[in-house]
Amino acid sequence: MRGAPQISLNFLTQSTSGGGIGPAIQGTLILIGLTSLIGIPLGILSGVYLAEFGNNKYAATMRTVNDILTEFPSIVVGITVYGVIVIALIGEYSAIAGAIALSFILIPIVARTTEESLKLVPNNVREASLALGVHKWRTTLSVVLPAAKSGLVTGTLLAVARIAGETAPLIMTILGNRYFFQGLTQPMAALPLEIWRDSLQPQVSLQAQGWGAALILILIVLSLNIAVRIASIGRLKK
Amino acid sequence: MTSMNSTQDKAVNQQPIDLDMKMQSIGLNAWFGAKQVLKDINLNVKANAVTAIIGPSGCGKSTFIRCLNRMHELVSGAKTSGQVLLDGKNIYEKQVDPVQIRRRVGMVFQKPNPFPTMSIYDNVAAGLRLTGTKKGKNLDEVVKRSLEQATLWAEVKDDLKKPGTSISGGQQQRLCIARAIALQPEVILMDEPCSALDPIATAKIEKLVVGLKRDYTVVIVTHNMQQASRVSDYTAFFYLGALVEFGATKDIFEYPKNPLTEKYITGEFG
Ligand SMILES: Nc1ncnc2c1ncn2[C@@H]1O[C@H](COP(=O)(O)OP(=O)(O)OP(=O)(O)O)[C@@H](O)[C@H]1O
Ligand SMILES: [Mg+2]
Repeated sequence: MRGAPQISLNFLTQSTSGGGIGPAIQGTLILIGLTSLIGIPLGILSGVYLAEFGNNKYAATMRTVNDILTEFPSIVVGITVYGVIVIALIGEYSAIAGAIALSFILIPIVARTTEESLKLVPNNVREASLALGVHKWRTTLSVVLPAAKSGLVTGTLLAVARIAGETAPLIMTILGNRYFFQGLTQPMAALPLEIWRDSLQPQVSLQAQGWGAALILILIVLSLNIAVRIASIGRLKK
Repeated sequence: MTSMNSTQDKAVNQQPIDLDMKMQSIGLNAWFGAKQVLKDINLNVKANAVTAIIGPSGCGKSTFIRCLNRMHELVSGAKTSGQVLLDGKNIYEKQVDPVQIRRRVGMVFQKPNPFPTMSIYDNVAAGLRLTGTKKGKNLDEVVKRSLEQATLWAEVKDDLKKPGTSISGGQQQRLCIARAIALQPEVILMDEPCSALDPIATAKIEKLVVGLKRDYTVVIVTHNMQQASRVSDYTAFFYLGALVEFGATKDIFEYPKNPLTEKYITGEFG
């Protein structure tokens, strides 16, 4: 609550030199968007594969890799992406490297929730479709996935909420800066970094700014959780 | 005359294809993993008739009918050997696509299983939509005709947009029958379709089954002896994975040849 007095229109929209955290908010929203764009389709695809076509040794390997990735300390993910993308491929701290690092955290969580929501769909629903002479892929797409939809939406939103607050992988990838979005291959600001940096500053005003940023981040995560609630109320109604 | 008869008999023995027979299993075996659950089943399913499969729990009735539309192999570790002929052609031949077989041989399950995310209408239309075979067909008409054949139309015609799971169990089962009929299969397999239903709903389905044989060939698994005698023309008695006796329903119930069959239908075990 120490962040509350900080909040003003200026604070939300101005760049750092104007005493605001606009770039960080923008950066975090861009990161969430980009990461979702990369991570959600890949995660859902992997989860569908594991749940519906996962009766072989490739899937067993994939499941193990997935489990290991889920447990990976996020700083290690950051360092890896730093090594591969930041140094070798782009040669620059960049927004896209941050999104890729966060995707590595998002994909296994989404894959896992997808697999679990699909497993909750009773097998007789699949059989009903297959017995009509519907192809397996079509059954998965048009019968099983819709039946698992609310679980998927809930799980995915929660996963996104979780990566929104990640700090460690961002230090090594987007670095953070004082400006609004400069391009995908340029460093970028983000709320977790803002909070982290501000909290290390001696000036009281900057620390206060950190509190404000923290509040905003909490609000973003909270709104994702509220979206989850709404999604699951929708499920109960049905 | 005698010689002619014997040559005919011989011809039947040598050439198992009989046009009156919609489906035939020949030396059919089935396994779950290492466990063999069907042993050398030779059974003829007559066209436009109802064939009942009876037998104690676990004797392989469900497995047998799931071999008739290649659903058995979907269970991991499950396999079969032997032949199943549909119109004289082996459905287990390498080049045969099981998906196509399932369109010709429909199935109704023990527990009503309408698609939970679909309306009544969409449930019936699902087969045509998801198999990409709705071209040139008037969906509204197909849905109406299928629901009529399943004797459900009058009860749901004003609620077609309601979820398929919002109606009663008996209605859901008739919805599943309508869903199967919509694809106009040649054979309809039913696995204890009434076991989850009350007597009134059961009576409705029994009546419907008898009506179905005008257009379809029906194979129905049942635990209920009275039901078998009421609805079927032929009855097969399975025991421990083997076909013990097969014949006209009347004969099986009135003059069972095998003492096991007699014991079972008189309720001595099962
Ligand atoms: N998925 C499975 N995995 C392994 N064994 C199975 C499986 N399903 C059935 N079995 C076994 O196969 C045998 C035949 O089962 P099946 O379901 O065909 O019997 P059923 O005659 O239909 O019995 P019920 O009247 O109880 O439905 C049984 O011994 C059963 O335990
Ligand atoms: Mg059974």
